[in-house]
Amino acid sequence: MFKYLFAKAEDIPAGSAAVYFGFSSIVWFVIGTGLGSFNAAKLAFPDFVMGSELLSFGHMRQVHVLAVILGWISMAFAMAMMYITPALGNTKLWSEKLGVWNCFLWNVGLSLGLFLLWLGVSSGREYSDLPWFIDIVVILGVLLPLGINVWMTIKTRRTQGIYTTNWFFGAATFMVIIVFTVGNSPEFFQLTGLTEAYLTWWFAHNVLGLWITPVAAAISYYVVPKVTGNPLYSHRIGHLHFWSVVVFYSTPAAHHLMSAPLPEWLKSFASVEGVLILVPAIAFVSNLLLTMTGKWRMFVENIEIKFTITGVLMAIPLNMQGGFQQTRAINWYIHGTGWIVAHAHLALLGFSTFLEAAAVYYGLQTLLRRKLYSLGLANFHFWMLLIGFTTYWVSMTIAGLIQGAGKIYEVPYIDVIIAEHPYMIARWVGGTMVFLGNCVWLYNMYKTAIAGTAIPEGRLPHELAYER
Amino acid sequence: MAFREYKIGARMFGLAFGTSMFITLYMPAVDIASVSATSIAMDRQLSFGRVGGFSYEDPFLLGWGKPITVQITKDPKTGAAIQSTRAFVYEADVPFPNGIRHPRILGTAPAAASDTKGRIGEADEASGAVFVVREVIEGGVTVPYIENVTATRGWTPSATLAKAADSQRLYVGKGKIMFVREGCWWCHTLLPEETQDWQYFGAPPMLGDFNGESPTAFGSDRKAPDLTHVGSRNSSREWMMMHFFNPRLVQPHSIMPRYDYLWGETDASGKAIDYDGWRSAYTAYANGETVYAPDVPVPAKDSEARALIDFVLNLK
Repeated sequence: MFKYLFAKAEDIPAGSAAVYFGFSSIVWFVIGTGLGSFNAAKLAFPDFVMGSELLSFGHMRQVHVLAVILGWISMAFAMAMMYITPALGNTKLWSEKLGVWNCFLWNVGLSLGLFLLWLGVSSGREYSDLPWFIDIVVILGVLLPLGINVWMTIKTRRTQGIYTTNWFFGAATFMVIIVFTVGNSPEFFQLTGLTEAYLTWWFAHNVLGLWITPVAAAISYYVVPKVTGNPLYSHRIGHLHFWSVVVFYSTPAAHHLMSAPLPEWLKSFASVEGVLILVPAIAFVSNLLLTMTGKWRMFVENIEIKFTITGVLMAIPLNMQGGFQQTRAINWYIHGTGWIVAHAHLALLGFSTFLEAAAVYYGLQTLLRRKLYSLGLANFHFWMLLIGFTTYWVSMTIAGLIQGAGKIYEVPYIDVIIAEHPYMIARWVGGTMVFLGNCVWLYNMYKTAIAGTAIPEGRLPHELAYER
Repeated sequence: MAFREYKIGARMFGLAFGTSMFITLYMPAVDIASVSATSIAMDRQLSFGRVGGFSYEDPFLLGWGKPITVQITKDPKTGAAIQSTRAFVYEADVPFPNGIRHPRILGTAPAAASDTKGRIGEADEASGAVFVVREVIEGGVTVPYIENVTATRGWTPSATLAKAADSQRLYVGKGKIMFVREGCWWCHTLLPEETQDWQYFGAPPMLGDFNGESPTAFGSDRKAPDLTHVGSRNSSREWMMMHFFNPRLVQPHSIMPRYDYLWGETDASGKAIDYDGWRSAYTAYANGETVYAPDVPVPAKDSEARALIDFVLNLK
């Protein structure tokens, strides 16, 4: 990678940036889930690794969250953008060199930011914990170069139209820059009080709604038609999805502070608006599932489709929860409980991770021109992720309902802790399964890069039979 | 221009996204900005100092550049007995909180009262200042304001600190830094919910209770009791000390981590703390081999544990 930072643009092989992003994302996924497993162990067994400030829960929790969001998920997005955007425009990435620099700055900036967070250098704001100088590195070194590459690749495309995936990529890279800049403005401009609290959650909501969710969906709009060979069921429904995300997902940020003293009109507006998340969700899920018509056997036989469709199916409970849990009628019960933690993992570890994993599997094979080393290991990865995640989600949902009951019946808090203990152990077991599955994935992709069967010119990876 | 066929789409996108930002950013910002600070908000920001997270004055979150909250019963200038008064001492070069730096955020009436009656405009960071929170009734409405008692009564920071014994000092500003740095707020919320928490965790905060505070550290994922009013529920310094050193001493089922490392090298008497010895003695106690748990060392005056305990006890 380093040799390409100062190489002539024409000497950098096409797809380099995407490959670097792909492997970086897997490494960050291993780190992020490893931290998650470690933290979960501490919640089940509080004296597990004690006496060290740096290894305490309070110093590691935010590192887990941001390693997964900015390392795994966002880098997998960058990887997908760097090969899907040009492929859909029938062209090359606008600047491979900018892409390589982007990957380099991203890894350096994120490592530095997470190291500081680990030491405790934090802004004290959830999800926007990074201190402001790291925020500037993220905006200028991470998000802006990525956006420029995507926009310019779309602009220099050699097709007449712009496919659905690229609308999402182009719009989401733009919106995430706005979201990141505005969301961190309390630190830039020393905004305080409820303004700051609201902007913290405005950021947390919109980084999910205008970055993670639409980009993950956009990836599946590419992977499913490409691998199954079926055209997208409906571009009109794709339009509906796109526009309803922009309008309906960008507005209900205040529902995260439903029990805080924000203006009542804002909370009511957000709550009603929040239910409309079902519009893009239904459009997305139905569009993808109908695209699968006649190719459902690939859900079993093909690893990319298996991951993608599992992710799409998880969007159903995700949005049913998301749409209704923020209404006052339900929020009073589950606000601030493990239910929300389960929901957040359903969004990031369930829905979005499965879609990105498919993109990374597919992209690395395409770019390296190597068939996946082992289907057996990939299936092992899939089931470890799915069973591990499900264990986590079910146990945390139950824990959340216990906590909610404890809250409304005013049970002494320690009784809630005692009741939750078995679920904390289950959560740790589930998280550890995900971590172990990812270690296997990293090994599998490494072997693919060095020992996978070469894919002949003019063939696509999924057209070749698996060998192991 | 390859984009020409998407001109309408781009404008529609701008309209949709712009409208959404207008509704979710501009309108709430205007509404929240019109809220006047309550006396609680003034107390909070004056005791916490400028920033509770990363800042120039405290880049490593060690509690540098924070005010000290004192409870005094003697006038620092004249030495005469006064009604017990809570004052916020900003020594030289300790950055002032946001309400002093930008009085506008306190709201119209409190900002005017703080300026005319409280003379906060005369406060100077370079030489330090002492503030108290006062209330005045204007036209039947109680208006809280900040008084710069260094200007109005001549209470200098050093004279005020001289009148406050150690037991009358609370290192709340430094404690808030510990609260943020150690991630207490990942489990303990600072926000009783408006729906169900009234009886158990006390009254939820009001709209103007946070003006000037940064970060608010509400917390979102409650894995432990809300702490907003914890100082009213439990005001025992001894209990807090034991609980922070090893929560299982006072609550056997607690899943809170041990914060013994905040004690540092030595205890209040200057004696080195033998952590390994303490832990093995505790293990013996936890296993039922001994009858009594080992004694918890009293934290030193300048230790991080002392500041964190002060912060928690101050949450009333």
